[in-house]
Amino acid sequence: MSTEYEAVIGLEIHVQLSTRTKMFCGCELSFGDDPNVHTCPVCLALPGVLPVTNAQAIEYALQIGAALDCELSPVSTFDRKNYFYPDNPKAYQITQAARPFAENGRLGEVRIHHAHLEEDAAKTIHTGGGGRIKGSDASEVDFNRGGTPLVEIVTEPDLRSGAQVREWGQLLRATIKQLGVSDVNMEEGSLRCDANISIRPAGSDTLGTKTELKNMNSFRFIERGIEAEIARQKEVVSSGGEVEQETLHFDPATGELHSLRSKEEAHDYRYLPEPDLVPVVPTEAMLEAARNSLPELPAARAARYEQLGVSEQAALLLSFETEWAGFFEGVLEADDTIEPRVAANWVTGEFAAELRKLDDQPLAESRVAPESLATLIGLVASKKISHGAGKTVLEEMVSSGADPAAVVAEKGLEQISDSGELEKIVIQAIEDNPKPAEQIRGGNEKAIGALVGAVMKATQGRADGGEVNRLLRQHLGL
Amino acid sequence: MGDIELIAASGAETAAKIANGEVSADEVLDFWLQRASGDALNGYLWSADRESARDGVDPDGGAIAGVPLAIKDIFCTEGVPTTAASKILGGYIPPYTATSVRNTRAAGLPMLGKTNMDEFAMGSSNENSAYGPSLNPWDTDRVPGGSSGGSAAVVAGGLAPWALGTDTGGSIRQPAGFCGIVGLKPTYGAISRFGMIAFASSLDQCGPLTRDVTDAALLLDVLQGRDDYDSTSVGIDGDVKAPTAERLDGLTFGVPRGLMSEGIEAGVLARFEETLIRIAELGGEIVDIELPHAGHAISAYYVLAPAEASTNLQRYDGVRYGLRASDEDLLAMYEVTREDGFGPEVKRRIMLGTYALSSGFYDAYYGRAQRVRTRIVEDFDRAFGKVDFVVTPTSPTVAFKLGEKTADPWTMYLSDIFTVPISLAGIPAISIPAGLAEPDGGGPELPVGFQIAAPAFAEQKLIEASFALEQAIGFDGSAGLAGGVR
Ligand SMILES: [Zn+2]
Repeated sequence: MSTEYEAVIGLEIHVQLSTRTKMFCGCELSFGDDPNVHTCPVCLALPGVLPVTNAQAIEYALQIGAALDCELSPVSTFDRKNYFYPDNPKAYQITQAARPFAENGRLGEVRIHHAHLEEDAAKTIHTGGGGRIKGSDASEVDFNRGGTPLVEIVTEPDLRSGAQVREWGQLLRATIKQLGVSDVNMEEGSLRCDANISIRPAGSDTLGTKTELKNMNSFRFIERGIEAEIARQKEVVSSGGEVEQETLHFDPATGELHSLRSKEEAHDYRYLPEPDLVPVVPTEAMLEAARNSLPELPAARAARYEQLGVSEQAALLLSFETEWAGFFEGVLEADDTIEPRVAANWVTGEFAAELRKLDDQPLAESRVAPESLATLIGLVASKKISHGAGKTVLEEMVSSGADPAAVVAEKGLEQISDSGELEKIVIQAIEDNPKPAEQIRGGNEKAIGALVGAVMKATQGRADGGEVNRLLRQHLGL
Repeated sequence: MGDIELIAASGAETAAKIANGEVSADEVLDFWLQRASGDALNGYLWSADRESARDGVDPDGGAIAGVPLAIKDIFCTEGVPTTAASKILGGYIPPYTATSVRNTRAAGLPMLGKTNMDEFAMGSSNENSAYGPSLNPWDTDRVPGGSSGGSAAVVAGGLAPWALGTDTGGSIRQPAGFCGIVGLKPTYGAISRFGMIAFASSLDQCGPLTRDVTDAALLLDVLQGRDDYDSTSVGIDGDVKAPTAERLDGLTFGVPRGLMSEGIEAGVLARFEETLIRIAELGGEIVDIELPHAGHAISAYYVLAPAEASTNLQRYDGVRYGLRASDEDLLAMYEVTREDGFGPEVKRRIMLGTYALSSGFYDAYYGRAQRVRTRIVEDFDRAFGKVDFVVTPTSPTVAFKLGEKTADPWTMYLSDIFTVPISLAGIPAISIPAGLAEPDGGGPELPVGFQIAAPAFAEQKLIEASFALEQAIGFDGSAGLAGGVR
């Protein structure tokens, strides 16, 4: 019998802080500007310069530490991490290796080992030769990004699958986004994720040799990359081999994994306490401010929505996106008789689907206000219009911004409330469709769908489904 | 007034002559530019003209405005070559000016030129300059000391009234001692390091090299202060004032005899003992003290300083500025540039430091050296609980001959045995001339330095005591002043 393996995954997430200036100099942060316009002697590492720590970066970092439920260090220090590369002009990166600003936290089911502050590297572009340094004609360096403040979040190896990493990663991204301290845009690189992956016999508590999967620019790719790597490791081990420590790149286009470097090629970073910087010693007031600045974070919000009766899936969808949560709460505020569960289903279901149809129109650009959606939901809930008619009205609202009541009136969608009129239509439908009527009488109740459809067609969806059903059964003698 | 009078005048005396109209600031500048142009000591790596000397200088800068200053070539000066005496920075022109230099310009001091030094301040003889050694004006067969050898030589040799230097393990005090002038290393953090090319960041400190103690005080006052561009700078509380003390009554001077057991030249020791007698005559008390760990200072220093240097000097990679000796590929650019650009002593220290920081060796070397440093700090704390000052010879010998110690780095390193413990402790110390002495091997008499160290930020007290002692010693530096030009 073959052994069952489980994967053990830890993450290192780099978050670019959206401070006004760089980590250790006064250059403004930018994205998409001409190369090398946001530079100065400090971030170009000219002779004689010294770094000075950005106070706003410390403030933002402490907020992240607080949001991840970490212990915020009373003293944290900087170190030099030494390696030669053109994107690293000092040939050392200033980071916090020995004493990070935050430790021992948790987000959801994943423990946070620590979070530390550091500076981002510049951007190297190899021209010619397929974008790799080997065989390229030239390498060009853009120092605009060099020195951008980063918070690196390092988790404990608490994750077990690619799907779990994707879901947790989305929670982390939503959490940091809500703090307003980073754009957390993976395509632009303001959020970057590396995964350390190993496998072990299920139930064992040892750790296998891990590989590192580098820098993928969406959580979907991370999920796929991790699954591919887990499969590769399982195959290596079950065919009698050993997993080797290496750094890998996942190509989402081909689904293949490439080795970037092996253990032998690993750097000796020769860490050194940074003598040019004094320790970071947050005052009690700074720590207090960081804790008090926390908005309601996604995990807490999702729990609150579930308590209101919203389904788990809708609660998560709403919580991860601040503006959707705001819209949902706007609907509830506009009409407090609407059940939260019903409102959540409309917002995350029909309404979201209509926006997608409009070329993925962002919520912020939508012509539908929470108040009008509340009006529509009210019309359906009070049976003024049927659910089906409600969808028709919503489509019109989303495309033209029209008032729901006006659409109902204009299109004559008001539900047929006169049961005498509806009864005539029901009787007519049974007469027109003798075959299904016969089947139903013979005990095949499923065939009633055909008669309901006929009634709806005849009423143009203006009939209440429950009432139609009741009348059909009555006239069929069920 | 006569030229000789101006050559021999201190900075303060020259400033007074300008103030009372005896001579104009223009005349003073022209005079010193003329003197500097006759440099026979290879003291200057770059000399200013009238225009560049005044660049950024506030003519109404204050009490010492108009007295020109020589600046060690380790300070970045916008628009003016700055090489740290290294080939790797040959022709490099910085786009900004060091805070300390800006402060001297704000005080009205024109820049005479950039002075020679050991490459990246690594050395005790100036022989590690990529541009040839600077020479000692007292005897041009001898070294001026290092690393601020050019600054010491031009001040002692009558090629500048005063100069800026930097001190990491003795680089201001030792050359001041060798050349018979005053050299002050302030408390770490007293003066901004921004724009000072880094050797060992936790030790480097800017300071003045001057004709006398009063000038050292005046320059320190201009230089010191907290700088937003250097987060390790704190400045000194209050102004530094020109000294007036005549007596040393009630002050105690500790002598670490344990550190002075061997290797000190007879002449150096004789001047040291005489100076102790002068102190007693002025009312000061001499007591023996212990600095139990100071004997390990050189070993610790030659781990810590190279470790920091090895990372500080990684930026010289041929990518952005300075020498690019190859662009064959990235590795060649790094390797050939650094191979060609750095001199042997710099390479030795980069390798020492790289080794000391390597994974698996860090604790045995860097960690242990840090612990020694902590012990030395505690030694001084304990000593200053009992005494006001700690005194030693500045160096165990007078200036040695060019080439005498280049073959044996360890012997060279030992010439800093009295200055390095103070650097590790981060406290201020001054070297003042204590007279002349024959070298052990015989020959003409050469200056001997006397070092006085004080607790952190006790610069004013240090300056007052040094001034009283300086007046009592009455050192005559005129033989040196005559040696600067051919
Ligand atoms: Zn910058």
